[in-house]
Amino acid sequence: MCRLFAFTSTEPRSPMIAIDALDVMREGHDGSGVGLFLRDLGGPFENLKDVPILSGIFTEKGLKRLDTYLMKIGFMTKYKISIRVPKKAPKGIPNRDFYIIKAYEYPKDWEDKSLREIEDKLMNIRLRLRKMGEKEQDMIVFSFWPDVIMIKELGDPKTVGEYLDIARDELKARVVMAQGRQNTNYAINLYACHPFFIQGFSTMTNGENTAFIPIKDFLQSRDCKGYAGYQSDSEVFTHILHYTMLELGLGIEAYKHIITPLNNDLLENHPDSHFLKQIKISCRKLIIDGPNCVIGSLPDHSLFMVQDRKKLRPGVVGGKPGMFVFSSEMCGLDAVIPDRDKSKDFQPMHMDTVIVGPERQEVIVCQQTQKLPLPH
Amino acid sequence: MSTNTKIAPSTLSIKDLLWQIQWDKDKCTLCGKCCAVCPVNAIELGVFRKRIVETSLEPDKSSSNNFKVFHGIRQKTDPVFACIGCGMCSLVCPNDSIIPFKNEETDKVKFHINRDGQPKKRGGRRNSKGGLLDEIKFIRISMLTDPALDAGRHEFELKTLLGRVLSPEKTIEHLKNKGWIPPVREIYPLIIGGMSFGALSPNMWEGLQMGVAYLNEEMNMPVRICTGEGGCPPRLLRSRFLQYVILQIASGYFGWDEIIHAIPEMKVDPCAIEIKYGQGAKPGDGGLLMWNKVNKLIAAIRGVPQGISLPSPPTHQTQYSIEESVAKMIQSMCMAWGFRVPVYPKISGSSTALAVLNNLTRNQYASGLSIDGEDGGTGAAYNVSMDHMGYPIASNIRESYLNLAALGMQNEIPLFAGGGVGKNGNLAANAAALIMLGASGVQVGKYIMQAAAGCLGSESDRCNVCNIGLCPKGITSQDPRLYRRLNPEDVAQRVVDVFLSFDTELRKIVAPLGRSTSLPIGMSDALGISDYYAAEKLKIKYVV
Repeated sequence: MCRLFAFTSTEPRSPMIAIDALDVMREGHDGSGVGLFLRDLGGPFENLKDVPILSGIFTEKGLKRLDTYLMKIGFMTKYKISIRVPKKAPKGIPNRDFYIIKAYEYPKDWEDKSLREIEDKLMNIRLRLRKMGEKEQDMIVFSFWPDVIMIKELGDPKTVGEYLDIARDELKARVVMAQGRQNTNYAINLYACHPFFIQGFSTMTNGENTAFIPIKDFLQSRDCKGYAGYQSDSEVFTHILHYTMLELGLGIEAYKHIITPLNNDLLENHPDSHFLKQIKISCRKLIIDGPNCVIGSLPDHSLFMVQDRKKLRPGVVGGKPGMFVFSSEMCGLDAVIPDRDKSKDFQPMHMDTVIVGPERQEVIVCQQTQKLPLPH
Repeated sequence: MSTNTKIAPSTLSIKDLLWQIQWDKDKCTLCGKCCAVCPVNAIELGVFRKRIVETSLEPDKSSSNNFKVFHGIRQKTDPVFACIGCGMCSLVCPNDSIIPFKNEETDKVKFHINRDGQPKKRGGRRNSKGGLLDEIKFIRISMLTDPALDAGRHEFELKTLLGRVLSPEKTIEHLKNKGWIPPVREIYPLIIGGMSFGALSPNMWEGLQMGVAYLNEEMNMPVRICTGEGGCPPRLLRSRFLQYVILQIASGYFGWDEIIHAIPEMKVDPCAIEIKYGQGAKPGDGGLLMWNKVNKLIAAIRGVPQGISLPSPPTHQTQYSIEESVAKMIQSMCMAWGFRVPVYPKISGSSTALAVLNNLTRNQYASGLSIDGEDGGTGAAYNVSMDHMGYPIASNIRESYLNLAALGMQNEIPLFAGGGVGKNGNLAANAAALIMLGASGVQVGKYIMQAAAGCLGSESDRCNVCNIGLCPKGITSQDPRLYRRLNPEDVAQRVVDVFLSFDTELRKIVAPLGRSTSLPIGMSDALGISDYYAAEKLKIKYVV
């Protein structure tokens, strides 16, 4: 079982906070890898909110190929963080040439394109780069999106954090998600590391997804190129979120109804009974079977947590206006916000969706039995 | 060689018979029950003459012969009266003195059951032991990486959907614009497949219907039963129990005059309409209710004269193309119930199943597809159809599911699999395997007849006289002297037993796989088989 930690804060903060929290929860992960997702960035990226940022790991050759490829399309580098690392990596961390975080100016001929077109193009470029990298083993691309940075590496989270100097001033964000891996797969592939990302939606999960194959088959048969990869059975949670919100146009409150629909008795008495019954029928292939705790970040900078139908995984949300934490364990929360009102800590149960919105003032709990804000 | 009887080509000895009667003179009480009960008159009272040589030990006295007569059982060797191995003689014998045994030699009777140029017809099954479904194992067991679920304590949602499911995108669109959303039924994934009123005795039918009603109304299990092609009793058509019934229409349209006329008086809609285009036991051949079974009641329900054979045509005579007339038939049936009832075709397993399926994907009224594999049973068919025609269900259902997945419609047209499910007694394991290969549910007929009514058939050519109305258990007979052997209440009780035990076994399979929130349709990663080529074909894991 992996360990998850996320925070959302009105002030940009260092992602090292999350790595330290993972270290507090180290009994629950085996130090085999760490994944970081940063959004609503601070520091030098504060003024670069609208341009896409590419995050990934490159060999020298890969970096050259990346530059050639993106320049050919018309992307111009606007800002760049190259993480230089000591020649010899600590034990458990592979030697890499470059960890790259690069912000680009859009190509000129994209100016008249619609937002959806731009979003699709960005995703396609990421997928293309991933494919190029997989072929030559010289690039690993995690995200290519405005206001988002992702870093993933094998090894103990704390050691990786120190090795990559994650605490540096340039790296600050208002939303950070981090996962410490519990490795169940010896052939470690960084694309199997959480959090996963697609077009502004990101989630991380702990626990296995026993309904993975039918869900994967369903997603792959949709008309979205981004529903691919699946080195991890948890990647489908991100894609279901994307499908729910972007393709179906439903709100985050509906996500839980898609992955763990209510039983018939509860549906019968629900204020949106007719709508939800039809959704349960048509989205049946997206029902997950846990045990899973899913933490995710939305394009509007909200952070949320949901549990599987039986609530078989731990997860707690707590904090104070201005900063809230989502954590697998209470000790992770305690380590970061010890001075909060603990009586307001909330452990979502099998029907809850917990959301902290972009204002970061309160924890909103949506119960599945409540009325949904439906699309008009 | 001189003989005192004529030896004709079809003259057989007991040695040549498939089933041989063993009778124990010492135990027999000569009560005659065995001869009376034998459905095919294979045995009769025998009078045997026996010589006893009495040898004297005294030299001056000569030895003598003593002739005695004793009575017993004699097995007939005329192929027409060949023993069918049903074992009713053993069942009724008070002293266990008689039992049929199967001859290990090749059946010679088979060569002679075609008098007057009439090939062998029979009921029953394919008589093929083994089967791929029994070889499939469930290998993805949740161990320490994720908690295995508790089949006894956790909440399980094991229902399935019957009906055309719109894609999520279309559902949202239709909900917004108040478009037509096709009817979808949430039902139990084990369906009692089509066995007609006529093929089955009234007591058997009543027992099945009572069992199904009990499961629905007392056990909260939405079990459905298909009528088969033979109409439906008028009272059932006008009762609330019709909602548990799938009405079948096939090429003979038997009973549909009555059904159509009852529509205005129906209190509830039927669960669905099944249009039978084919049957796994006799693909490409029509139904066959032989004259012996067409009594007054059957004739009335089917709307035909009494005492005539009722062969359904092999195909629907009005159907000339799948693109047009089949689509129209599906649409017409939908329209008859105001588009509130799912309508789906049933076909026999075939290498052309994919073509049918692809066509259905373009027909918005098609609510599913039922595929009946080669191991399906029947009340009557030509032996050659039953033994040599057909397509195995496992690969047919898998191909169909993968085809739907490639089209992105695997959730939209539910596939139902039938034909040999549980034929060796492993009902839950076979059903779960088919579901994980991609079936939304399974249909069973033979298993129910065996488990709920004690059908004597097995995969060793035993009994198989469903066609001539002489079913010794009264399951497929229209003769009250025979069907009164079957108590409808007992059948109903057994139906409930079967479904409850199936439910527990299904949980025992899915719980260790970590599945409980939805039926694991298409969860092929859970399946493994030790046959490499079967694994390749079914796209499941090869495990040794």
